[in-house]
Amino acid sequence: MTKGPLDGIRIVEFTSAWAGPYATCLLGFLGAEIIKVESLAYVDHSRYISFSTGTEFATPNESSVFNTLNLNKKSIALNLKQPEAVEIAKRLLEICDVTIENMRPGVIKKIGLDYDAARKVKPDIIYLSSSACGQTGPHREFMGYAPTFAAMAGLPHITGYEDSPPSNFMGSIDLRSATMSAFAILTALIHHQNTGEGQYIDLSSQEVIAALCGDVFLDYIFNNQSPERSGNKDKFMAPHNCYRCSGYDNWISIVVGNNAEWQGLCDAMEKPELAEDKRFSCAENRLRHLDELDRIISDWTCDQDYYIVMEKLQNKGVAAAPSMSGEALFKDPHLKARGVYQQVEHPVIGKDWIIAPPWRLSETPAQIKRCSPLLGEHNEEILCGLLKMNPDEVRRLTKEKIVY
Amino acid sequence: MTRNALEGVKILEYCNMISGPYCTKLMADMGAEVIKIEHPGEGDLARKKGPFPGNIAHPEKSGLFLYLNTSKFGITLDPATEDGKEIFYKLVKDVDILIENKPTGEMETLGFGYDTLKQINPGLIMTAIKSFGKSGPYKNYKAYSFNTGHASGQSYVLPIPSLDLSRAPVKAGGNLSDYDPGLVTVVAVMAALFHKRISGRGQYIEISKQEALLSMQRVESVTYANGAESVSRQGNPFGIVRCKDGYVNIITPQERQWEAFVKLLGNPEWAQEEAFKKRASRVQMQNGIRLKRNVEEWAMKYTREEIVKMGQEMRVPVSSVNTAEDVVNSEQMMERQFFVPMEHPAVGKLDKFPSKPFKFHKTPWQLQRPAPLLGQHNKEIFCERLGIDQQTLAKLKENGVV
Repeated sequence: MTKGPLDGIRIVEFTSAWAGPYATCLLGFLGAEIIKVESLAYVDHSRYISFSTGTEFATPNESSVFNTLNLNKKSIALNLKQPEAVEIAKRLLEICDVTIENMRPGVIKKIGLDYDAARKVKPDIIYLSSSACGQTGPHREFMGYAPTFAAMAGLPHITGYEDSPPSNFMGSIDLRSATMSAFAILTALIHHQNTGEGQYIDLSSQEVIAALCGDVFLDYIFNNQSPERSGNKDKFMAPHNCYRCSGYDNWISIVVGNNAEWQGLCDAMEKPELAEDKRFSCAENRLRHLDELDRIISDWTCDQDYYIVMEKLQNKGVAAAPSMSGEALFKDPHLKARGVYQQVEHPVIGKDWIIAPPWRLSETPAQIKRCSPLLGEHNEEILCGLLKMNPDEVRRLTKEKIVY
Repeated sequence: MTRNALEGVKILEYCNMISGPYCTKLMADMGAEVIKIEHPGEGDLARKKGPFPGNIAHPEKSGLFLYLNTSKFGITLDPATEDGKEIFYKLVKDVDILIENKPTGEMETLGFGYDTLKQINPGLIMTAIKSFGKSGPYKNYKAYSFNTGHASGQSYVLPIPSLDLSRAPVKAGGNLSDYDPGLVTVVAVMAALFHKRISGRGQYIEISKQEALLSMQRVESVTYANGAESVSRQGNPFGIVRCKDGYVNIITPQERQWEAFVKLLGNPEWAQEEAFKKRASRVQMQNGIRLKRNVEEWAMKYTREEIVKMGQEMRVPVSSVNTAEDVVNSEQMMERQFFVPMEHPAVGKLDKFPSKPFKFHKTPWQLQRPAPLLGQHNKEIFCERLGIDQQTLAKLKENGVV
């Protein structure tokens, strides 16, 4: 197999759930070796629950959620409540380039694996802590998950219809944290290339979401006004909405960004009189008569297949695409042609569908080399192979539930 | 003296609006040198989008532009002209990374395909951001971020909860559908940079915005493929709850958190019903609706601050649903210095300006310089760096090249 751009980098993770594990999963797609430290004493909840389907898994090695977020990794079982396990973890830190943890602030220090401890065994280590609100501040110990810190960051308030409550957000929020963590780690790696120096990075999920809404806060900063929910509307463009098509919950998104595109839409709808209609002659007018406009378009789309509508509109240079369900995405011809859905073989799950890495690199492609690890799958490889421990020693540690 | 992590990294940005510029902003703020090419005259389209001070549109005062283009150098250039093309080649020669988000095929038509640019700069990392990528049946399809948001499945599952499906799914608020691809892109660009510094080799990176957004929904998007139902926006009705002065968000994935919450509510009788005993039944539609109604009856007596204080004290995961005002004035954000002072030649002095989502201890994030005025660094880049004399520059300006 070809090497990835991060070939040679070794990362040790002390993470669970989504935000920590997906950060290293991204780096693993890019060729870094990822060693996941976990334990039967406190199993990563994504090994047991899918919040998306409500499924609860009977054993820790059959979760497709865990599989999708921990591809390519190695797993070592270390019960960090045991001091000997902590010592083994330190030996791993000694031989890694990067470590990441996403425990509640203060916990990793109690365990004895905080940045100061890590630095003692590896002075140039790159150490990232990911938490809900950051390692400092009055909210550092807040109990929370993706929906709650998204709410604190301001995103739900501005999502949804004008006349309805704010929309909640789910796990994808964590994947944004994870992606930003991956960026931060790579930034520190470049600095290390320049200077040989490692460092500590304190990342806050709430701040990640706020950073992705930065411009929204400027409305308040400039004008003392907080933006409110506006459904699918845009300030400048109309039409800019989803319109019902035939079938169950099938909607097409349509945007007209200028008068040429408006002409295109009228052509596609075979309504040349609309192009002359003064109510819709320019963006300002279309915005002023939005309800009528939406109704006219809706009447046209409502008994058509959304793929046919998309084709008709795209042929006339109008931006249109279906709002895709999981089923639509899986069956979509474009995504099929692009190979976005892929199957990995998993010893317990069998064939598991996952989404391919989101970048195409020409020289050092991103790769899925294998499925996620079973819990402790690489104990021997890491303890005997990498750390050169005696197999008898490993047997003792396993018996005493230190390797556990 | 604090160091910049990405000191010495050189980037050329040939983008409009959000995804490309956000990608380079992330690197610029950590010390990379980013030269941003804008079209002479009107500049980046983001300059037309607000928010604007006083709600008065002004191309040098767009909040969106100011935020996305901190720390960059700004030049005006029309690379479609003969002279412009030569200058573009000269700029490409010197950089590690080029990022573009032009419609599919345009770069090649202009003479800026990777094969050509690779000849000029063998170590170049060229990154192309396209709505649907450069291959496949939709490769030439037009899309705004609203369309790719929906076509990726991201917007299909909003708003949560939608009790019935009679209303259309909605976009994520703000410009999230456009920031996400920029964030996804930067990871590959940085990894390629890491590789280049060891091997000397550049490469071509292609990003489809649809796939970048889909990657954020990677868990939800495979449920149907793996034999379950598609994830629907008809999600768990309980979560966001109305209270006296707004909304709070409550989530209790663990049973002991639910038990603490019931205690917080004063152990009401309804909480003893079978429907509410276990999480699996609480999240079912009808139970969730009733749960929300019951909790709202209690919550309407209290403010967000009160509920959050009481809840957190009992280790119940609850937070306030914040407005922009709440976030800007948040105690936590203040302690974290998320909002920092910023001075800009057109907008003036701002006490607060959004900054960074992380704290690097050795190489802290820095606002290297405010977002550039249109063509602000023309002289510095064209004359001082490329050696074009002032008269030639004036002529180029006359001819609309810069």
